[in-house]
Order: sequence, then C-alpha cells, then structure tokens
Amino acid sequence: MSLLTVDAIDVGYGDFQALYELSAQVREGETLAIVGANGAGKSTLLKAIAGLLEPTAGSITFDGKSLSRVPAHQRVRRGISLTPEGRRIFASLTTEENLLVGAYRANPGPWNLSRIYASFPLLNDRKDRLGTNMSGGEQQMTAIARSLMSNPKLLLLDEVSLGLAPVIVSQIYAALPSITAEGTTVLVVEQDVNQAMRVADRMQCLLEGRTVLEGVPSSLSRESLAQAYFGI
Amino acid sequence: MEWINAIIQGCLLGGLYALLAAGLSLMFGVMRIVNLAHGVLAITAAYIAWVLVQHTPIPPFATLIVVVPVMAAVGYVLQRGLLNRALDQGSLAPILVTFGLAIVITNLLQEIFTVDNRSIQIGALETDSIRISSDLAIGIFPLITFVVGIVVIVGLQLFLSRTRTGRAMRATSDDRDAAVLMGINNRQLYAIAAAIALGIVGVAGVFLGMRTQFNPGFGDVMLIFAFEAVIIGGLGSLWGTLAGGMILGVAQVVGAQAFPAYGVLFGHLVFLLVLVVRPQGLIPKAVNS
Repeated sequence: MSLLTVDAIDVGYGDFQALYELSAQVREGETLAIVGANGAGKSTLLKAIAGLLEPTAGSITFDGKSLSRVPAHQRVRRGISLTPEGRRIFASLTTEENLLVGAYRANPGPWNLSRIYASFPLLNDRKDRLGTNMSGGEQQMTAIARSLMSNPKLLLLDEVSLGLAPVIVSQIYAALPSITAEGTTVLVVEQDVNQAMRVADRMQCLLEGRTVLEGVPSSLSRESLAQAYFGI
Repeated sequence: MEWINAIIQGCLLGGLYALLAAGLSLMFGVMRIVNLAHGVLAITAAYIAWVLVQHTPIPPFATLIVVVPVMAAVGYVLQRGLLNRALDQGSLAPILVTFGLAIVITNLLQEIFTVDNRSIQIGALETDSIRISSDLAIGIFPLITFVVGIVVIVGLQLFLSRTRTGRAMRATSDDRDAAVLMGINNRQLYAIAAAIALGIVGVAGVFLGMRTQFNPGFGDVMLIFAFEAVIIGGLGSLWGTLAGGMILGVAQVVGAQAFPAYGVLFGHLVFLLVLVVRPQGLIPKAVNS
C-alpha cells in the first residue's frame, strides 16, 4: 500500500507558486527518485512533506492519516525525516551531539548510536569533531545519519550530491541499500539523473512545478528523460 | 595590601554581575532576543523578596524558594504569550517589545512601591567577614553571592552541554529550521529557556536587594552592567560571561580605590577598551552561525 500520498498540492512562497496540482505516491519500502532541473520544485515538494511549507490546496496523507495542519516538529514522531539541502549540520555541536539531537524525538527502531557507528565507521572516527570543522562529505554523512537516528518510516533526502566530489557521492549512495534493507522508505531528490536511476525503484521528473514523466528507470529512455528534464 | 583587597572585593562583586548577566546571555544565545527588560525584572525579583521579608516571617535567603519559581513562571508566560509572537515579526520586534515592557514594569513598580530606596535586611550577615590578615578581610555575604554565581553558571553550562534539552537549545541556536526537522518544538524550548533565564534573574535580584539599596529606576543600571559583562566576555559564552562579570567588578572596585567617586566609570572604560581592542569579547563562541 501507499505510505505517502501527495494529492494535487499547490505550494508557493508568497506570490511565487512553485508546485501546481502536483501528485506523487510512495509505496512502503520502495525508493522513489524525484529529478528535475533547478527550480523544478523538487525541494519545495520535500519541504511540504516535512511540514516546513503548508500547501495552499490539495492534501498530503502519510500512513493513512492527513498531515494537514500537523506542525513540522510533530511529523518526526509520525515517522518522517528530512535530510535538508545543504546538510544544515549544527555547527557548534560535535558529530555525536548532532546524532543525539537527531534522536530527540526518536521512534523505536533499528537505528541508534552504536548501529550508526557500525554502518558509518567514519563517523565513529569523527565523533568529537565540531560540525563546523567537518568536510562536506562528512557533513552529508552526518546529516543522513542524524535523520536515521529518529528511525523514520520515510526518509527524505534532498540533493545529497550537491557540492560533493563524485567519489564521495558514490560512497554515500553505497550506504543506501543498508538503509532500505531496514524497511525504510526513501524519497530522494537529485539533479544527477544517472545517480538517481541507479538507486531508484521508480522515478518522477518535475518541470516547473508539474510532473512531466514518471516510471521505473528501466522503462525510461535517456532521450525521453532528457526531454522531460529540460522541457524540450 | 589595599589593592589586593580591592581586587578580591572586585572578584566577589563580579560573581553578582555574572549572575545578573547569565540570564541575559542565555536568552540571547538561544533565541537571539536582547531582553531590555532584564534589569527591571531583576529589580522586580528584589521587590518580591522585600515584600515577603516585610510581611511574612520568611527569612531573606528563603525568599528564593518563592521568588525563583515565580520569576521562572513569568519567563515561561512572557515567552509563550508575547516574545514568541514578537519573534515571528522579525528580529527588531522583540527588542521593541522588551523595551516597552521595561518601561511598563518600571512605572508599575513606582506606582506600587514609590521611588524610595529599599533594601532587604540580612542582619549581622551584612557585616560578618572572614579575617585573612590584619588588613584583609572577606565579607561572608559577598562570598556567598560569589559562590552562588559560580554554581549557577557551572550548572547552566552543564545543563546546556550534557542534557537532551540543553543540546536541543544549542542546536536551535545554531539552526532553528534544522532543529525543527529533528522534531524540536522551538517555541516550547524557547519558553523553557526564558523560564530558566528569569529563574536566574530571580536569584540575581534577591542577592542584589540584599547587597545594596534599590529603587524602580535601578533596573537600567543593572541592565547596563549585565550587558557589559556579557560583551566583555563574548556573546554566547557562559564562561565568558563569568569572566566578564569579574573583570567589570574588579575594574569598578579598583577604580573606586583610586578615585572613590568614579568606580562605575572605570567599569565603563574597561568595557569600552575591550570593545576597541577585542570587539568579539574575551571568550567568543567558537562558531558564529
């Protein structure tokens, strides 16, 4: 069954409308990748699901319940965790403190400090380092691990590869199977279409706030994706 | 020897200033609110203690049991009812709100208690001292104040670094939206921080009232001293606030030793000197978000 149903939402920032009657569905246990160019509305969709933005029309249903008027901080308890664009690591906290803050409203589940350190040994080596002193890759890994600490049912990953070297990006994506193996449903937003095709069960391509193409990666040709991506 | 005496007395006075400044530092650190009503709220605490001592058999130090919870409750309600809303309107609104609040409370205190000087009598403790040598003595009451100041600041620091709520406060201070994504209800957390800050203001106010005479206008002076302690030490650092309070105290007392009428002026001069030479303060927060 569908864990998340986004039904025809309009979302905007002030006078600017970013999403137009956008719908999306994520089934339990699957990985959906949302791709699209800059300004297509990908991050806006994730923010609306996480509760940082409230849709002006349409509805979002998670785990059978409406998320309408549920404040962002309560959505963590419901099982939604967003790893935000730009990592947003707490700069004056150490790696370990960042992870502990991630567990502030944790649900019961497989992820805890020792499990995180076993899956991401690098973080164990860096646990006393301040957020501000971490490299971009370390920050991204910490940000994902911090989200996992709340044991989400749905993990929202926003632009994981942004600003990172390709080798670091593939290291981070290599951890994704161990996350989905726990039954965690994942929704990734990516500009890097190739990366998205490798990890996703299903893909949805956005253009200027609307869905222009969707399907399983194997059914999508590069030409049709390129056309959808750039709107040509 | 009289100079050593002045330095010791200054350090002890600094404990009181640090106590006064700790709440200001916490509110700025967690929610970036510059609370201009801080000084007059300390004076309000002193008046509550004064009323209790005048009209009930409660001994002066025991008034803390009433004053601290009352002030903490005031802080909680103030944050939830007023300052959280003000924060939604941008960073200038809370300053204006606390400025207005300071004027309202000062005038209320004048209306109720007149502008006559009051003080909380602590009997023999006022003059009791430990004699170290023939010309050096440490007052018991200033020593108690100093120890309380240290204990409060160390306790607050431990709270912020070791507890779940304290960690959440530091995270919110770094990045509010990211903290919300961790499931942190920042409004609730702000209210808790304000309750702690005003609880500490309550302690500071009671000790202030036992140390010197006060009147409703005294809050302005206390606000300036608290500000100077915070700025000298470096914004966002409690250890800095402690150091800043002591430097301010020493400057005032040593200054008064040299020029008896101008002690407070020396405090201001040291403050200005720090602003010129080291504007980030002595122990600035390691990270500025």
